[in-house]
This record gives sequence, C-alpha cells and structure tokens, in this order.
Amino acid sequence: MTQAHAPMAKEPVVSVENLHVRFLMREATVAAINGVSFDLEAGQVLGILGESGSGKSVTLRALMRLLPPARTRMEGRIRVAGHEITTMDEAALRQVRGAKVAMIFQEPMIALDPVFTIGVQIAETIVRHEGVSYRAANKRALELLEMVQIPSAARRLKAYPHEMSGGMRQRAMIALALSCRPSVLLADEPTTALDVTVQIQIILLLRQLQQELGMAVIFVTHDVGVAVEVADRIAVMYAGRFVEVGPTEKVIDAPGHPYTAALLTSTVLGSAFGRRLEVIPGMPPDLRALPEGCSFAPRCRHAEEHCRVRMPPESTLSPERMTRCLRVAAGEIDLPSPNLSDRNVTRP
Amino acid sequence: MPRPSALLAVEHLTKHFALKGGLFGRTSALVQAVDDVSFTVERGETLGIVGESGCGKSTTARLLMHLIKPDRGSIAFEGQTVGAAEGLSHRQLHRQMQMVFQDSYASLNPRLPVAMSIAFGPLVHGLAKAHALARAMELLAAVGLDPALFANRYPHELSGGQRQRINVARALALEPRIVILDEAVSALDKSVEAQVLNLLADLKARFDLTYVFISHDLNVVRYISDRVMVMYLGKIVEIGPADRVYGDPQHPYTRALLSAMPSMDPRRRTRQAPLSGDPPNPIRPPSGCRFRTRCPLAEKVCETTPPALLALAPDGARRVACHVHVPGSGHTRAAARGAA
Amino acid sequence: MADVAVPSTDAATALKRAQQGKGYWRRVWERLREDKVTLAVIGVLAMLLVMVVFAPWFTIHDPYTGSVLRRLKPVGTPGHWLGTDEVGRDLWSRMVYGGRLSLLAGVVPVFLALLIGGFLGILAGYAGGLLNSAVMRLTDVLYAFPSILLAIAITGILGAGLQNTILALTISFIPPIIRISESVTTQVRNLDFVEAARASGARRLTIMRYHILNNVLGPILVYATSLISICIILAAGLSFLGLGVTPPSAEWGLMLNNLRQGIWASPLVAALPGVMIFVTSMCFNLMSDGLRQAMDVRL
Repeated sequence: MTQAHAPMAKEPVVSVENLHVRFLMREATVAAINGVSFDLEAGQVLGILGESGSGKSVTLRALMRLLPPARTRMEGRIRVAGHEITTMDEAALRQVRGAKVAMIFQEPMIALDPVFTIGVQIAETIVRHEGVSYRAANKRALELLEMVQIPSAARRLKAYPHEMSGGMRQRAMIALALSCRPSVLLADEPTTALDVTVQIQIILLLRQLQQELGMAVIFVTHDVGVAVEVADRIAVMYAGRFVEVGPTEKVIDAPGHPYTAALLTSTVLGSAFGRRLEVIPGMPPDLRALPEGCSFAPRCRHAEEHCRVRMPPESTLSPERMTRCLRVAAGEIDLPSPNLSDRNVTRP
Repeated sequence: MPRPSALLAVEHLTKHFALKGGLFGRTSALVQAVDDVSFTVERGETLGIVGESGCGKSTTARLLMHLIKPDRGSIAFEGQTVGAAEGLSHRQLHRQMQMVFQDSYASLNPRLPVAMSIAFGPLVHGLAKAHALARAMELLAAVGLDPALFANRYPHELSGGQRQRINVARALALEPRIVILDEAVSALDKSVEAQVLNLLADLKARFDLTYVFISHDLNVVRYISDRVMVMYLGKIVEIGPADRVYGDPQHPYTRALLSAMPSMDPRRRTRQAPLSGDPPNPIRPPSGCRFRTRCPLAEKVCETTPPALLALAPDGARRVACHVHVPGSGHTRAAARGAA
Repeated sequence: MADVAVPSTDAATALKRAQQGKGYWRRVWERLREDKVTLAVIGVLAMLLVMVVFAPWFTIHDPYTGSVLRRLKPVGTPGHWLGTDEVGRDLWSRMVYGGRLSLLAGVVPVFLALLIGGFLGILAGYAGGLLNSAVMRLTDVLYAFPSILLAIAITGILGAGLQNTILALTISFIPPIIRISESVTTQVRNLDFVEAARASGARRLTIMRYHILNNVLGPILVYATSLISICIILAAGLSFLGLGVTPPSAEWGLMLNNLRQGIWASPLVAALPGVMIFVTSMCFNLMSDGLRQAMDVRL
C-alpha cells in the first residue's frame, strides 16, 4: 500500500503549504482552517480524522476550490497534480475538477443527478473531459460499473439513482468519480451514512481500487475504525489545524498529541461495559474567536503556561511524524497507549 | 405468558405498511416493517436493539410508544395489557414509558423556550404551570445544564449535545419507568456521545430506570446493554445477554454483523466483507428465513420454513431463529431430533 | 424523584432571572431593523394610512363638490395643486378620501380571508384524513377559477357597491390561503417535536395550542401580506369596470375610469390615480417581501 520511501526528487501529487481559510459571515469571521501543510505522494492514502467543526470537510473543498467565492478568503499554496489551484481561473479549474481530481461525498445524491440515468451521467462526464465518442464513453461506463462491483452492470446503466439502494448509489458515485482516471481522489465521509455491512464493502472496494489505479486518496472521517482500515497515514485535525500527522500504526499505538490520545481513549468500545467513559472535558473552541496559544489547551490535562502563549508550531517527532504539542515535542510528557486492538473484544 | 419480573411484555407485534398505488389508491404492496415480534424488557435492565436499515427497530420503538397502531399483537406493562378494557390506557402508558428521538433539533419546538418544552408533559397531565416549570428546572440541573443559563434559551442557541440533554430531561419529566432511546446518541460527535452516555448511566441509577436502547452502532450497544436483540427485516434473529451474543454469536447474521465492524488494529485489517450486497427490501422479503439470500449456511429447508425464535440454552436466556440450532429441522448442520 | 412541593420563590424568580434567549420573533425584528428598504416602505405606508384616516386635516376642498367651470385643471393650478377631475372636484381631496375606500377594499378582504381560510386550512392540515380531503377538494374547485373572473362573477350577480366588492374579493382569496395553511400545517405536524408531544399523551387541542399554532402562523401571515398588493389592484380593477364602488364615492379605480375622458386634456391628472394604485400595491409587495426575508431566519 505505501510507496517505498522514494527520494524527494519525485514531486508529491498533492502539496499544500500554509493553507488558511476564513469565512466572512454577517456577525463574525470564522477561522475554519489555520495553517495546514502537507504533501501526499501518489498511491498513498491520507486519512484526516476529526470531529465536526474541525475543518476537515473544508480542507477537501479548498483543494478543489469549491468554497463559495464571495464569502471565502483563502491564503497559502495548493498544488494538485501539477496545477496551482490557488491561482487558476474558473475555466481552467473546471478542466481539472472531475478529471485530475475527483470527489465522493457522504450523500451520493449530492453527486448524482436524479433526472438522468447512471449510464448517461458517467458517459457525459467522460465525453466532456476526454472528448471521445459517446459509444466509447458508454463502453467505458459499463467497465466502470463492473469495476465497482455493481451486479448486473449492463442493466444498471439504464437505472436512475432513486431506483438503486444506498450501497449501490455509493458505488455508482465512485464509478462516476473514477470515470476520468483522476490521480487524486477526495473522499468526504463516504461511508458515514451506510450500514455496517455495506460500509466494510465500500472500504474494501476503495482500498482495492486505490491500489489498482495508483491514486492518491485523502479520506476524511470522524470514525477511528474507518481511518484505521483505510489510511496509510493519519492526520488528526482540531480547530482548523493538523495537530498530529504520522503513519497509522504509530498514531494509533502511541499518539503524539494529547487530543489524539483523548480522542482514542474516549472512543466507545464494548469492552468498557460497566465503566464510566473517559470524556474530553469542555467543548470545541468557537472558530470565530480562537484562543491565543494552543487551541486545545483549555481542555488539555497536560497544558502549562507556555502552551497558552502562542500557537505551537509543527515539530517533527521523527521523519514521518509531526506534532503540534510543545510538551510532547520536548519529550516532557508520555501519552498513554490506548491499546484499542486489545480493548476491542467484539471482533472474533 | 409474561414472566413475573418482566416490566414490558411484547407479544406477536406486527405492522405492515400499505403502499398505495394505482389509479384508485389500491394497496399495491405491503412493507413488512415488523413481523411477529415478541420479547420482554426486564425491570432495571438495558435492552439493546441492533440492526441495519429496514430491520424494523425504529418502527418497533414507535409501536411500543403507540405512536403507530400495530396490526396485530399486544403490549403488557407490569402484566396489564395496554389498550384493553381492564388494563392500562394509552395515556397511562405514556406516564410509564417515554422516548428520546435521534434528531435533537427537530425534537424540540423551535418557538418554545426549552424549559417550556420540558414542562409540557407534566402540564398536559394536570400539573399546574408553576409546578411543571419548577420540575423542569430541577431536571435541567439533573441533566447537567445550569437552569439559570439554559431555562429560557431556545433550541437553536444550543449545541447538539445540549439539545439531546434537554430531550432526555423532557423524557424524564413524566417520571417514566422505561425510556426508549431511538438512536439518541447517533447524531452526536464522538466526544459528546461519551458525555451523554455517562449521563444516561447516572440517570438510570438515580431514577431507577429501565432503558431500551436502539442503535446501529454496535460498539455503543455493547457498552450500554445488559441484553441485546438483533433484528433483520422485521424479525428478531437473536436475543440474549450482551456479552454472550457479542462474544459467541450463534446466528449467521449476527456473526456477519459483528465481523463487519472496522478493525482497530492497522496490522490486522479486514480482508473480506462478511456479506455482499445491500440489506434487501422489506417489501418483498424472501420466503422462509428472510436472511437466506445472503446466508452462507442456507439450504432448502431455509427456503420453505421460517425458523422460529427458540431458546438455545436450557434456561431460555438466549434465543436464536435459525434452523441450524433446531434439532430435527432438516438442516444438515442441525442435530438429529432428540439429540442433546 | 420526590413530589414537587409548592414552588418556593427561588424557583419562580430563578426562572424569571434565567438568561433570556432570543426567540424567533425577536430575531425577525432584528433582521427587519437592518433592512432599510422594507423600513422605508413601511414608513411610506404608515404615512399613507395616517393621511387617509385623518383626511379632513390634510385636505382643503370637499371631495364631492364640483364646478363645471373648473373642470380638468392641470397639475399646479393655484388652489388645486393636483388639478381637478372631469366634474371639477379637487383631485388631491379625491385622492386622499379615495384612499380610504381603496385601502379598505384592499386590506379587509385579505384579513377576512385570513381568518376564514386560515382556520379551515389549519384544521384540515391538522386533522388529516377525510376532513382534509373534503376541504382540499372543495378548495380545488374554487381554485379552478381565476380570481378576477370569480370576483367579477360574484359582483355581477350581487351588484356593485363596497360591501359586495369586499365579499367577492374575500371569497376569491380564501382558496389560496386554505392551501398554504394546510400545506404548512401538514409539514409541521410531521415534525419530530409534534410526535414527541403526542408521545407525552397530549390531546390534540393542546398540541395545536402549544406546538402547531406558533410555528404555522408566521408563514401564513407572510403569505397573506403578499396577497394585499394583489387585492388592491383587483379592487381598483373592479371599480374601474363599474362593478365595485359606485359614484359619487371617491375610489382610485373608479377615478381612473372616470378620468379616461379627460386624458387628452390633462394626461397627467388622468394618470394620477393609476400612479397611486401602483405605488401602494408596490409598497405592500415590498413590505411582504421584506417580511418574508426577515422571517427566513436560518435557525
């Protein structure tokens, strides 16, 4: 799944530098993203783990510049598949969206037009981006539906979205997203609304497709289990920043930020039966008025004075790991290992 | 016969929804949402109900609360049949049993201050307004919200977790014995969910409550439940003590459901999905055993005969609806008739 | 939980002192306050209302006294700053006094239709089933007629006059109000909090009082306000056709008809009542729009 550590001569397929996104609302300015930087190589899966309000969905939409232009102020550099997203004009962006970068959503009906059949929608996208004939496009649409394992694919080409079940609509949306062979796939909680038995099918499908097509994937979720199943690297997001980034095993086994540790320990697992759950005290910060210093400090049991002075910068714990905790970076605190795999006694 | 310790006894509950179609609105199809469901809720326990979409768990909740009228079947509270002449009236049942819904925002009247929303129930049952509001204030404190800050606020001014606390307070206002929680924490953030679950545990102990906890989240149900009931396409497929159902599932669907949960260990990721396809449509469920179309153990007998929910262990604590566990059923894996 | 004793002063005062939340109407008012256009329009209408009600204080001449010598004087004539009509009556006085009937015929029918139609619609929406079907199918029948034809037919049968005009217009506006009331009530009835109220064992009337009405009246009111602008034009139209207010009463539509003969002599004067109808109708339209926007609070 992971590329061997290639020398940095190879350009990462997604490169984000110091991204800031603010929304100008009537009463206040919402600081949705406050300094996010990361690189993603081809063939890698980055999981962004965070709760609602952390900014994870906004990050994805910023990568395709899908945010409402009137109210949004974006700063920083975004480079996707060789294109400078931040400086491109609308027309050029439209060429890139769907073709080089594709997105799948939590609710497939966002992506699927209810008045056209699936076959028509996929074929139309292919024709528009690649300029081939409708016959060739239809043939490719059939191949795509088979690739996403929709049974009786030929018949389903003529089906309307409302005639399909939830899991099948999700697959159709994935087929649509992959129709132009994008090099980057952005996934915004695509499995959250699905039943458990369907969710695991879609997760496996995405993993398989990602490997076959060599795409880079950014997968946003609030579910730790889903992130573990899907991602090579995990970025934990809080109040518009990545507070920790690292390989999945390292982040899960030995979290490098108090928020990650608290999030993992408070994950409800069956084995905790009869015991009180550990909760993260307080509430997420108001993005309209972020505190000075570390945004997690008000809720952090390890917080000290110097944490509140100014926002901790990104520090490297190791070549693959980053943390925004001053104390962890300085080696002052030892975060407990949540031992999720042991606690999860429900898996046979 | 309802067992003496059962607080709630449900017998043969059935609800089919008619789909109207055609020129004159004739019934074109029946959605068999809940089909011949029987179970009990013991005093002081938490009964978890799990299942995927279309399994009928939410419909069951609404049938229990009499928000929908059942086609067949009966509900008995403390031995008294609900709706019968000598038994409990529906209004009386509502004093004993209340419900918390999933959508914390839609469950509250946006035009009423939250204290009024909480006080509404007691008001309706005859308490004077001043008393009802005083009780509302007490309940606000009980669910962890400072009355001085929250009593006069409106739902849109509160967060999801706070609203759900209000909904819990509202459910407790009538001092019920049973609280049905229909996906009550599903829409909340994980960290808020943990807070609300702790609150529910506290309230259960403090007010001596019995819970029916409906959810699609298997981890949460395992955490909170004493007994668990697994539903599929309107029928109960397995019911028993939570640790045994989770630790040693006997029904093929339960096994598939549990192994479909995402792994928490990056080194041992799931390699194969236990079930393929989507849960089928409750409009035309398969004949015989409804799970047979996706079951790895399905045989001829599963097609012809619906399996009954029968006791597994001698004491009847665990019940499974599967021919494999019925001696002499004709299934190749079942023991011969008369075998131990 | 122990029985609640008589609430001590603490609980009652605690509730009073509890931090006040911003209810829905308060937020609507706040949004309205920022909408300069709507405020201006409301100001204009208020001014109009005052002038029309206190007409004797704003006019010098009697609106009914004419003089053949002073027919169709143009705008700016000393003593008659808006000129005179075809019988020599002062136009300004006629306009101000005419405003009484025009506004009356424009607002009262909507108000009455709101009472009757709103009641029927909310009832039908809440009751559902057979009652709902009966009311809605009846409404459909009435709806089949365009409102102006319906109004003309009714006044044609009953005869002209202010009362019949108001009656005809009221009947024309009842169907759309029933429809919107039923639609909104059905939507609200299916919301979770109404189900929760049923689950607490409340009776239907109680649910109506606490949960349905306060959520339903807002949208219905806004819709009714938008009908006023139409009603003003319809009322003027009926009078224009001779089916509404009868001479010698002053009314803008009637004046418009009567001044047609003078259009070559004094075109400006002949157009003035029309301008008034337009402005008033427009103001009500803008006001209802502003109200609708203010009430569309993203909760």
